[in-house]
Amino acid sequence: MANQEVDQSKRKFLIAATSVAGGVAAAAVAVPFVTSMLPSERAKAAGAPVEADISKIESGSMITVEWRGKPVWIVNRNQAMLDALSKHDDKLSDPKLAVTSQQPDYCANPARSIKPNIMVLVGICTHLGCSPSPKLQTGGDMGAEWVGGFFCPCHGSRFDLAGRVFNGSPAPINLVVPPHKYISDAILLIGADDKGVA
Amino acid sequence: MANNTHQESKNLVGWIDARFPLSSTLKAHVTEYYAPKNFNFWYFFGALATLILVIQILTGIFLTMNYKPEASLAFASVEYIMRDVSWGRLIRYMHSTGASMFFVVIYLHMFRGLMYGSYKTPRELIWLFGVGIFLVLMGEAFFGYLLPWGQMSYWGAQVIINLFTSIPFIGPDISLWLRGDYTVSDATLNRFFAFHVIALPLVLLGLVVAHLIALHEVGSNNPDGVEIKKNKDPKTHIPLDGIPFHPYYTIKDLMGVSVFLLVFSAIIFFAPEMGGYFLEANNFIPADPLKTPAHIAPVWYFTPYYSILRAVPPILNSQFPGVAAMGLSVVSFAFLPWLDRSPVKSIRYRGNLYKKWLAAFVVSFLILGYLGTEPSNVWGQFSVNTPLFGGADRATVVARIFSVVYFSFFAFMPWYTKRDKTKPVPERVTG
Amino acid sequence: MKTKILLLLALLVPLMAVANEGIKLDHAPIDPNNQASLQRGAKTFVNYCLNCHSAAYMRYNRLQDIGLTDEQIKSNLMFAGEKVGDTMTVAMQKTEAKAWFGVTPPDLSVEARARGADWIYSYLRSFYRDDTRPTGWNNLVYEKVAMPHVLWTLQGEQVLKVDEKTETHRLVLNKPGIQTPAEYDQTIADLVNYLVFMAEPYKERDKHLGLLVLAFLGLLFVLSYYLKKEFWKDIH
Repeated sequence: MANQEVDQSKRKFLIAATSVAGGVAAAAVAVPFVTSMLPSERAKAAGAPVEADISKIESGSMITVEWRGKPVWIVNRNQAMLDALSKHDDKLSDPKLAVTSQQPDYCANPARSIKPNIMVLVGICTHLGCSPSPKLQTGGDMGAEWVGGFFCPCHGSRFDLAGRVFNGSPAPINLVVPPHKYISDAILLIGADDKGVA
Repeated sequence: MANNTHQESKNLVGWIDARFPLSSTLKAHVTEYYAPKNFNFWYFFGALATLILVIQILTGIFLTMNYKPEASLAFASVEYIMRDVSWGRLIRYMHSTGASMFFVVIYLHMFRGLMYGSYKTPRELIWLFGVGIFLVLMGEAFFGYLLPWGQMSYWGAQVIINLFTSIPFIGPDISLWLRGDYTVSDATLNRFFAFHVIALPLVLLGLVVAHLIALHEVGSNNPDGVEIKKNKDPKTHIPLDGIPFHPYYTIKDLMGVSVFLLVFSAIIFFAPEMGGYFLEANNFIPADPLKTPAHIAPVWYFTPYYSILRAVPPILNSQFPGVAAMGLSVVSFAFLPWLDRSPVKSIRYRGNLYKKWLAAFVVSFLILGYLGTEPSNVWGQFSVNTPLFGGADRATVVARIFSVVYFSFFAFMPWYTKRDKTKPVPERVTG
Repeated sequence: MKTKILLLLALLVPLMAVANEGIKLDHAPIDPNNQASLQRGAKTFVNYCLNCHSAAYMRYNRLQDIGLTDEQIKSNLMFAGEKVGDTMTVAMQKTEAKAWFGVTPPDLSVEARARGADWIYSYLRSFYRDDTRPTGWNNLVYEKVAMPHVLWTLQGEQVLKVDEKTETHRLVLNKPGIQTPAEYDQTIADLVNYLVFMAEPYKERDKHLGLLVLAFLGLLFVLSYYLKKEFWKDIH
């Protein structure tokens, strides 16, 4: 172990170069492991957009379809329901849709929909993920003040028929409108729009 | 700035050292662990085995995220990993290739021990822990092989479990207990999964730690078989032929690792089946309890012992002698420290007698290994007129001869190692 | 107990290796990089095989890898109105299949890995007329196979000619099919090419990554070699 002259700069260079190469290798190895935890091809296929036939929804009622394992409500609102939407802005947390992530641009209108009467909502409460119960009709067991909408049984959040949350609810923001588009007048595609698949 | 961070890290290390022996452990086992300076090619395989252990544990964890240990789902879940999970195929091939490479590396590591007498005093316990690791590894391989639930998985497990049946008196009950059913079934798969992913890995890790603690207690052997601790610098008490493990061997091992990874990646990307030796064609057919594949053989790393099993003829209508011989062929390694009576460790200073025996052992190991992958009629039969062997399978006769050589290597070791003409061992390592 | 062990050892002893003995397999002239061939093979597979055999681990949209778009896959290769993300399943019930053929037709997703390309190539060209069989067909590579000769309209009918003197046998085309023998061989080669692709759809693509990985590891080796050489100057 004779201490001959040692070219320190050469050593430093070699250590740095090997460390960088080793670091790159380690990072590259991490990629397949990390990405393997993303949704698989099967999950993607199962989460592909779903088609819904809306021609048979009676005015004033709704259907539920499944998209990515979540309930999606399609409500065919009648004229009275639509008229009522504009009358309780003062009771809503976010009547002007300030939280833009909750609906696509093309639904950023007072009715939160493409066609005024057809409302599409992800039926998952924005509080802790329960699925609210539809209470479409006014009054009833919700009390005389109730204007129609959705009520979450878990913690009592209330939403109107455009999925907008009422003041005083635990839920902080409006229900999500998923990307959707009309393939024809009767067929609605949920999970994709003209910008592509969600 | 640089000064600042240095100060901080020193403080942090100091804070930790007051509560946990970080610096002193690093010193004792890495920066001031003195290894002989004359390690050669054969000394890469310990570090490589550790690397493969890490690869197997890591890929194993990620495979477990998508594998289903259920008979009706297992095969499909493996194909799901191969196709639907992002990069799942890469992770699976790393694991399947890792299994075979583990044995490649371990066999070379063991051969190193045989060449340089690494099992001799004071390293008997290192060797015994090592044999333990080898046995657990075989268990890991066996249990893991059932999981893909292909035809080879199924029938391999069936045959091996039934070997236990030949144990006198309690055999059938043991087999039944191992399977948890009257045939290999979902219950068997489920418990093999538990053994493979939890039980044996825990034991394996414990043994590896014990192997390393024992190694660092007595220090590494080397190709000369000279104890470097005998010659220490009188002032520093550092072995004169020792060099700090870090940086010298960490850097050298890094070089070995990159060569290994080249080979490993080449297999994974270009030949994951390795011509049917790493992944067998029949295992791409889902397990069918009603149909045995035409030719079943264990994976290559088990074939030397399997050959011995086949070579031993049934005695008094019982297959037990073959099974016992197979068991003994594996366990024999554990007795080496007490069978070897040579005054020297390394093959460099042993006489011709040991060299010839070792060569004979290696040859029989390889030939038995080859024969185990083939049907026993692979070389045809002796003609009926041949004296002694008339009509017998040639391969079986050859396997019997080499089985005898295999066991003789151990059985006669006390005699030939003592009688061998050894050369004088130098005081210091030779470079 | 002892008889049981003996039985099991009889399984170990490769008595059964006789199954395909004596049949020399033809080499399958396939090219995994020939996309036109793979596409033709996919078409044959979907039209002739997928009626009875599933490929339950293969998703239709993986056919993008042989140069097809989702639209092409949907309009040319899918008939039952599934989604392109679906796997290649069959409508036939397993129990029905067993009643018709005596066995359930195996899933073909990884058949090429189990059998090998040469075996399938030879097998699909070795059907011959045999009236003693329930299907009317026998096969030189797989004797008494339960599967009928699905591609007979393409190949025509072969018969087995046994040469008594040399004790050899060969297949002779008795009635020609739609395709000439050369065309039929090409159809089968394309089909086998596709089956090999389907067994491991990512293989060819991953090889490119493999080269990159090897090149990088080569660089790492060179660096670590010089690093080791530099530091080991201290020793001796």
